[in-house]
Parts: sequence; structure tokens; C-alpha cells
Amino acid sequence: MSKAPGYRDELRSYVVGIVLAVLLSGVSFALVAWHPASLRTTLWVISVAAALQALVHFRCFLHIDLSRQKRDDLSLIVFSVLVILLMVGGSFWIYDSQMSLMQPSAA
Amino acid sequence: MSLWHALFGKLGYDALPFYSAIATGAASMVVIGALVTVAGLTWFGAWGTLWREWLTSVDHKRIGIMYVVIALVMLSRALIEGCLMRAQQAVAYDQKGFLTPDHFSQLFSTHGTIMIFFMAMPFLIGVINFVMPLQIGARDVSFPVLNSVSLALTAAGAALLMVSLCLGKFSTGGWSGYPPYTEIAYSPGVGVDYWIWALSLSSIGTTMTGLNFAVTIYKKRAPGLTLMRMPLFVWAALCTAILMVFAMPPLTVATSLLALDRYAGAHFFTNGGGGNMMNYVNLFWLFGHPEVYILILPAFGVFSEVFSTFSAKALYGYTSLVIAVMAIAVLSFTVWLHHFFTMGQGADVNSAFGIATMLIGIPTGVKIYDWIATMYRGRVRFSVPLLYALAFLILFAVGGLSGILLANPGVDYQVHNTVFLVAHFHNVIIPGVLFGMLAAYHYWFPKAFGFRLDERWGRISCALWTAGFLLAFMPLYVLGAMGLPRRTVSYTEAAYHPWTLIAAGGAALLFAALASLIIQLVVSIRHRAALAVPAGDPWDGRNLEWSVAAPPPEYNFATLPHVDGIDAFARRKSAHDAYPAPPAYEDIEIPRPSALGPAIGIAGVAAGFGLTWHIWWMAGLGLLLAIGAVIARSFVRETIEVIDAATVAAEDRAWRALLASEPAVDRDAECASANRGLALPEAV
Amino acid sequence: MTASATRRHPGLNLDHGDEAAQLQTEELMFGFWIFLMSDLVLFALLFATFGTLRHALAGGPGPQTLFELGSAAKETALLLASSFTFGLATLSMKHEHATGAVLGWMGLTLLLGAGFLGLEVHDFVSMTDKGGGIDRSAFTAATFALVGTHGLHVTFGSLWIVVMMIQVGLIGHRRDDSPTHAAGRRKLVDRVHNRMLRLALFWHFLDIVWIGIFSFVYLGGLAR
Repeated sequence: MSKAPGYRDELRSYVVGIVLAVLLSGVSFALVAWHPASLRTTLWVISVAAALQALVHFRCFLHIDLSRQKRDDLSLIVFSVLVILLMVGGSFWIYDSQMSLMQPSAA
Repeated sequence: MSLWHALFGKLGYDALPFYSAIATGAASMVVIGALVTVAGLTWFGAWGTLWREWLTSVDHKRIGIMYVVIALVMLSRALIEGCLMRAQQAVAYDQKGFLTPDHFSQLFSTHGTIMIFFMAMPFLIGVINFVMPLQIGARDVSFPVLNSVSLALTAAGAALLMVSLCLGKFSTGGWSGYPPYTEIAYSPGVGVDYWIWALSLSSIGTTMTGLNFAVTIYKKRAPGLTLMRMPLFVWAALCTAILMVFAMPPLTVATSLLALDRYAGAHFFTNGGGGNMMNYVNLFWLFGHPEVYILILPAFGVFSEVFSTFSAKALYGYTSLVIAVMAIAVLSFTVWLHHFFTMGQGADVNSAFGIATMLIGIPTGVKIYDWIATMYRGRVRFSVPLLYALAFLILFAVGGLSGILLANPGVDYQVHNTVFLVAHFHNVIIPGVLFGMLAAYHYWFPKAFGFRLDERWGRISCALWTAGFLLAFMPLYVLGAMGLPRRTVSYTEAAYHPWTLIAAGGAALLFAALASLIIQLVVSIRHRAALAVPAGDPWDGRNLEWSVAAPPPEYNFATLPHVDGIDAFARRKSAHDAYPAPPAYEDIEIPRPSALGPAIGIAGVAAGFGLTWHIWWMAGLGLLLAIGAVIARSFVRETIEVIDAATVAAEDRAWRALLASEPAVDRDAECASANRGLALPEAV
Repeated sequence: MTASATRRHPGLNLDHGDEAAQLQTEELMFGFWIFLMSDLVLFALLFATFGTLRHALAGGPGPQTLFELGSAAKETALLLASSFTFGLATLSMKHEHATGAVLGWMGLTLLLGAGFLGLEVHDFVSMTDKGGGIDRSAFTAATFALVGTHGLHVTFGSLWIVVMMIQVGLIGHRRDDSPTHAAGRRKLVDRVHNRMLRLALFWHFLDIVWIGIFSFVYLGGLAR
């Protein structure tokens, strides 16, 4: 049985979290501010950085991890993400299909 | 801005309901009903009791009963509205009939809105509230005060709908409120606003209810009650709760964005400004389809209990039923598009959603067979709940099959927007949800009030509901196939007329069914001594709710039960240890009554009414009152009270003495006055 | 299973209570997680609405005209910092630092939150001034709805921080402060702890939603 983590250990988690978060959002902002990459690459990097940053926040600030006693919340979050993917993904699929049939093509 | 406008917003003398005799009559009924209630409460000096024992109560059983009362009141109103519409269509062949198109549109909008949000939802939430904590061996739900707040929000929404009968006109945009028709340009009145705020209030309440139920079932089960030992009704309640949590937000988003369009001039769903009304339809049905299963799953749960109890057998295929319920809950998030096959997306999208829709028929079919097999070689008694269950079994299968027809996009193109669809959803909602809730009402009424409902009037009512349903809605299948559009106020096609006449006859029977329910209640209250079942187990029940007195004590269980298998109480009875005496009693902590619920309810009505009529001070005041009440509540120090062990012991021993003195009856005497609620277990 | 292994509840942890208090905390926290997930669905659908309407300018100004990268960066920095300071507030509470430390971190969080809201109001005013008010096009409506809903959440979160600062001040946050009325007092302190835990979840959750907003609304709109 591990000892309850001390103040310093827990503080470290927050510090790691804030450093990673600053780095990840910094990359995204830098790409848009100085646009060194193509639009396509920029959008991809922003998306990936956002997803990673969300994970960092969940791990370091909300303390959700894979340990046994967090299973309840983890499965709740995973189920929520599934529902959201169904809803949002389905909506975009439907919407794109409608738009493609409604509007004259760009060419 | 004039002083009048600042004080009263858009209210004026023209808001009074003198535009038609029927509207005036309806408003008078609301006003007279309210006055009679107030006068009666004053006459009997019951205000204090009402406030202390009911409105501020956080006891899940009382909250459940209050939900069901709301549901029955709203059922009466919406059923009368349905009868008016059927009567109108019966006489409106080649003439105008007695309702103006505008009034007819109000009627179908309120009828649908009430039946879904203020009849079916409060009914099932009330039943779950009453039954579920008892079934899992808990003393209350996880968050009793939040429960009371949820009730208050639902009541506030219902109150707004009642007010809309007296002041101003309700929406004419149907229960689904599609823009652009419901945009300010086409519906400049207050009707749509009434609709938006009534729905918003109730949907916030429902989200909180779902949260509350889910946590209760996850965290408050009695020792030993593992998930796979839970009664099927609890499984249904759990899946319903999860659906509520995830399916109400889309409705909140849809109505809020519509409100932004109407109040702030935004362009989400307008014709111009880049708006897209298809977004609304998509959002609405992202809510609307899971909503269908929020409605039906608790009914499935009730029927599972009823079939098992009235066959004196354990449910056949428990595991398959659990899997079926969960499969339905998850699949319900994948089929919403079948509500708008004709909106213009490609055939690939339509066929994917059509197939997903047909898939849902599979778990439902599994359940039907399980229920039939449960009755096989059981000790079946045709009591009122089982009669409803049998009617459900047959009629729901028909409704489900017409649903499978509609799941085919090609067929849907043919019959969409006709009364075929109206026939289909009434065919699943009336035999499914309404019969389920009525079965629950008859089944658990003795538990709630300590006496059974009159059997004869119950049978009459059940027969009338069934016959009335068949006559009122089977003709609509024919009419729909013939092409009668839904929401039609009058028509010139002679071939429709015989069928609309039959349907009107069915509506009359449904009205008689409602009347006989009311008569049954009056008769039962008069004969309550002969119908009394104080020992608490009138049906030889199988789950824990039947193992306590009727009505149960405030704390439900004198000592928390231990569970070692499915059908916990039936196991105890067959082991001849139905009522094991506890070794010792302990102090019980129960939550104190709280005025937070009523405060939020009043705040909700004020905010909703103020927003509807643009009375901004009232809306602001309502919002401030709500926030202030929540903050004030957080400073309340004493939130629990203790019932000491001696009191618990005295009450429990008194009940045990009663158990010892009452005769145990077998199932032949179930409906006789010899049945005092102590069952002689059947050997099957 | 040891006693402390069964003492668990979702996410953050201020753990010290007895068994019953622990069960209560578990229920509260699980319930709050469910609320947050319901709220997440709400935000997801606002994002989806924004996504479908992001090109629906109706001839009006687009993101390049309306959004300011600097403002979005400042907002991000403020909210991120506030998440960190609130984390320190919960840590101070858990490790029973002086009440002043807890209140200090909370006050700092409140200031950062207020700064964020101020910048957001500035954004909204400046968008409206540039001809991109909520009633201009579906795109501006979707932006105002999404960002505004988040702002409304931050507003309520700030109000909640104020209430909690008062309660921490009045009741204190240490369980062994006063030997008299120990049991009753302990319950009150437990309640303060439980509320702080939920507030922390709420505040960190809003920061996660903001990641989506700055990435997809602001940066996605401004990227060239």
C-alpha cells in the first residue's frame, strides 16, 4: 500500500501540467502568429496539440489515470466521449451530405 | 419605452382568452380549478400540512407521488385536447368545423408538448422515484434536495403551460417547434416563447433527475445487491437515467439557440443571415430519439415486474433482458435521423440510419419473447396490471412493426407527414408508455397508500383504454395510407370521413377510460378499509419494496437489507424467512425538509413568465431568486435530522405485531378483502 | 483491501474523512462528474453548431476581421494560470496550510478569472463594433453562443469562488481547528472540502473547454 502522496509530489503534478499546457498551446499560437507551415499542417498541429493538452489537463489537473480506483470516472468519461463522437460525427456526416446535394459544386 | 411596457412587457387586454368560446371555457376551468383548490386548502386548514409534509418534503416517496399527481392532471388536460381534435376532424369534412385553424394548431402543440414533457416524463420519473430506492434497499436517493428541485422545475414548466391557457396564445408550431416557422418573423406572438421556457425548465429538471437516479443506483445499493442482481425495473431506471443525462443537452441547445434567434436577432435557424433550420431538426432529434427510449424503458421495467409477479415466476432470461435494455440504450443514440429521412441527405446516410433503426427491433423482440416465456407455466392471475401488460404485449408488437415499416426510407417517403406516423407513435406510446405507467399505478398504489385500487373499475378502465385506443388510432393507419396529412384542420376528401368518425368514437371511449380511472380512485378511497393491505405485500411480490409496510416508513427500512440473489424478497419467502427480525436498531439520519425546491419553482415560473412576456424585471428577479436561494441553502448548517433507534424499533415492532395478526392469503384471494397484504407463497 | 484503498472518489482528492463521510464524498463527486459530462455534451453540440456554420458569413465579416490573436492568447494565459492557482488552493487546503494561503490562492484565481471575463467582454464589444454582432450572420451567432456559454460558466464559477471564500473564511478548512463541537464542526468542514473539490473540477473542466475554443474558434479561424 503506497503512502498518500506528499505536498511536493502533488505540486509536481500541477507544475508538470502547467508547463506542458503552456508548451502545447504555445506551439499552436506560434504557428498561427508566424505561419511557418502550410494551412493544412497548421490545422493538423492545432488539432493534435488541443487533444494532447486536453489529456494533460485530465491527467495533471483532474487526476484521472488508469489506476483501478479511477475506473468509474474513466468509464464515464469514455462513454461520454463515445456519445459525443456519435452525435457530432453523425451531425457532420448528415450535414455534409445535405450540403453536397444542395449547393452547386465549387467548380 | 412606456411605463406599461416596462412593468408588464407585452401583456395587454388582448392577452385574455376571449378569442373563442372554447378558449374562454378552458381558461375558466383553469381559473376555477385553481380557486377551488385554494378555497379547499383554506377551508380544511391544510396549507401548513401541504407545505410541511409535501412541498418542502425531500422524501423520495412523496416527491414521486407529487410527480404522478402532476402527470395525471396534465393527462386529463391533454386527453381532452386530443378528443377535441378528433371531434374537429370528424365534423370538418367539407366544412370548417368548430375550431379555427389557429386554435387547432395550438391544441396539437399543447397536446404533444404536454403528453411528452408533462405527462409521460413526470409519470415515469414519479414511478422511478417512488419505487427504485425501495427496490435497491436504500433510504432515499443520493441527492434528496436536488430531487425536490427537479420536481419544482417540472412543476414550474407545467404551471407555465397552464398559465398559457389564460394569458396569451400557445405556440402553433407543434411539439417539436420547427423553425423557420417558429422564428420571430413567422410566429411573432408569445406562444413559441411559452413553449421554449416551459421546455427549458422541465429539461433542466429532467437532467438533474437523471444524474440523481444514476448516482443512486451506482452508489446506494444495499449490501450484496450487485448489478446483475438488480430488479429489471432498476436496470431500466439506470438506462433511462443515463439517457436523460446525455440526451437532454441537445434539447437545451436547440431551444436556447432558437431563443437567441427570437430574442437577440441571431441567425441560427432563420432563412436569411446564413442560418440553417436543418441544424435545429438535427439537434432536436438528437434529443428526440433517445427521449423515445427514456419514455419506453421504464415501461419495459414495469412490465418485467408485472409479468414476473403475476406469474409467480422469476423472469425468464434475466441476463438477456439486461443486455437488451443496455443495447437499446446505446443504439438509441444512433438512429435519430429516421425522424427526418426526407430532409435531403443522400441515400447512403438514410440507409445507414434505416438499418440502425431496424437493429433496435432485435433487442425489443428479445424482450417480448422473454415476457411471454415468463408467463409460460406460471401461476398467472389476470389482475389489472397484468391486463395492461397483456394489452401492451399485443398492441406494442403491432406498433413496433409499423415502426419497422417506417424505418425503411422508401416507405417513409411515401407516408411521411401523414397520420400514418401519428398512428405509429400513438401505437407505441399509448400501449407502451401509458399502459406501462397505468400498470405501475395499479401495481404500486397499495404500496404508496396502504390500500388496493378497486378491481372492477380498474378492469372497466383497462378495457376502455384498449378499445378506445384501437378505435381511435387504427383508422389513422388507413387514413395515413390514403394520404391524410397530419395536423389537418379540415378536408374535402369524402373517403376520409368514415374513418375520422370511427376515430372520434375511439376518442370518446378514451375519455370514458379517463373518467373511469377517476371514478375508480374515488370508489377505492371510499372503500379503503376493505381494500387495506397494511402488511405491505398484496401481490406476493418478489423484490424488496414489498418487504416493508404499506405505506413504508419515512426511512423505508428499519435496518438495511442484505441481498444474496435475484428476486431478494421472493428468496426470503421461499426460505420461510420472509421477515427476519433485526438483531438491533440504530439511529437513522434522514434529510430535513427544505424550502429550496419551492423557492426554485417560484423563481422558475417568474423567470419563464417574465421572459415570455418581455417583463425583464420579473425575469431578472426570478433568476436572482434562484441564485440567491441556492447560495442561501449552502449556508444552512443543519441539514439532517435523526430518528432515534427507540422510535424505529417501536414502529418496526408494531408492524411485526400486525404481520403476526394478519391472515396469510393465497393467490385465489388476491383481490378479496381477506387480502391484508400478507402473502402465502405459491409453490410453482 | 486496506481502508485507504476503499477510500476513493473520482478525480481530485482531499481525503481524510471517516468511512461515512467518504461515501458521501464519493456520491457527490460521481454526481458532479455526471453533471460535467452532461455539460460536455452541451458544449460538444455548440461546437458542432459552430462547425457547421463557420462559413455562413452571409456577406459579413469573418474571423480574420473579427478575432484578435493577442486577446485570445492573453485569455488563454489567464485561464491556464487560474487553473494552476486553483490547483494550489486545493493543495493548500488538503495539506492544511494556513487559511490565509487557501484564501490567497482562491483570491488570485478569482482575479485571473475576472481578467479573463474582462477580455472576453472586450472581444465581444470589439466584434460588435467591427460589424460582427450576434445578429450579423450565422457565423457570428454561433461564435457568440459558444464563447458566451463558456463565459457564462466562468461567471458562475467566479460567483462560486466568492461564496466558497466566504465559507472558508467563516468555517475554516482544517478539521482539527476546534475541540469543542467537534462532530458538528467536522461535518461543516467536510462540506466545505466537498464543495471545494467540485468547484475545482468545474474550474479545471472549463479550462479544458477553453482549449477547444481557442484551438478551433480562434486559431482555426485565424490560421492562414
